[in-house]
Amino acid sequence: MARVLLFGPLSDIAGWRERTVDPAPSTLKALRAALSAEDAALGEALARPGVQAAVDKILVRGDATLANGAEVAFLPPMSGG
Amino acid sequence: MIRLTQAPFEPGALLAEFSRGRRETGAIVSFTGLVRAEGGDSEALELEAYPGFTEAAIERIAMAAKARFSLQDLMVVHRIGRVGPGEPIVFVAAAAVHRRAAFEGADHLMDYLKSRAPFWKKSIGAGGERWIEPRPQDYEDAARWDERAPGSEPAS
Repeated sequence: MARVLLFGPLSDIAGWRERTVDPAPSTLKALRAALSAEDAALGEALARPGVQAAVDKILVRGDATLANGAEVAFLPPMSGG
Repeated sequence: MIRLTQAPFEPGALLAEFSRGRRETGAIVSFTGLVRAEGGDSEALELEAYPGFTEAAIERIAMAAKARFSLQDLMVVHRIGRVGPGEPIVFVAAAAVHRRAAFEGADHLMDYLKSRAPFWKKSIGAGGERWIEPRPQDYEDAARWDERAPGSEPAS
């Protein structure tokens, strides 16, 4: 199981803010592919420049392996405070 | 001290709390940011944070400012959720031995918060809802603090 969190405009596009994907894909790349297969508009939004991913609250660049129970957050460009 | 809060806060009370018992502090500078009504176009701002992640990012910004300006202490309080016009949305305070460091520390902290803190901000008004990104000016303000070797050309 992986917990997926969307922030900012991404949750508007997807129509959800938080969900679980079970079983957890083994990598971030596989998770992106699974989300994209379900919702092409979300997949396209996640691939936009400036959208970052955090695994267990740590920003990751490129791909990453996902442990069972991982929390994956997709972070669009930040608005600042 | 870094705090995100859904509830309204009173800047005067925070400043009093921050100032108490400081026998070795010579200067405290505080800043309060309010939500503008934009002539009636904006009914509210709605701020989203990533609990844990957002505080950690602000903590890193604050620790860097503290080291750079030799600050004794810092306070950052930021509203999340819905914030209406005229309400305080952010409060920062910096304590230092002398005033220059306190002024610069608070200024630097605000510039970094405005451009680099992980918040997602939506403006809610009569015309609907709109996600906000930092203005070019916010990035320029933050870039003022980029360290350059003395005498080198400014980064383009």
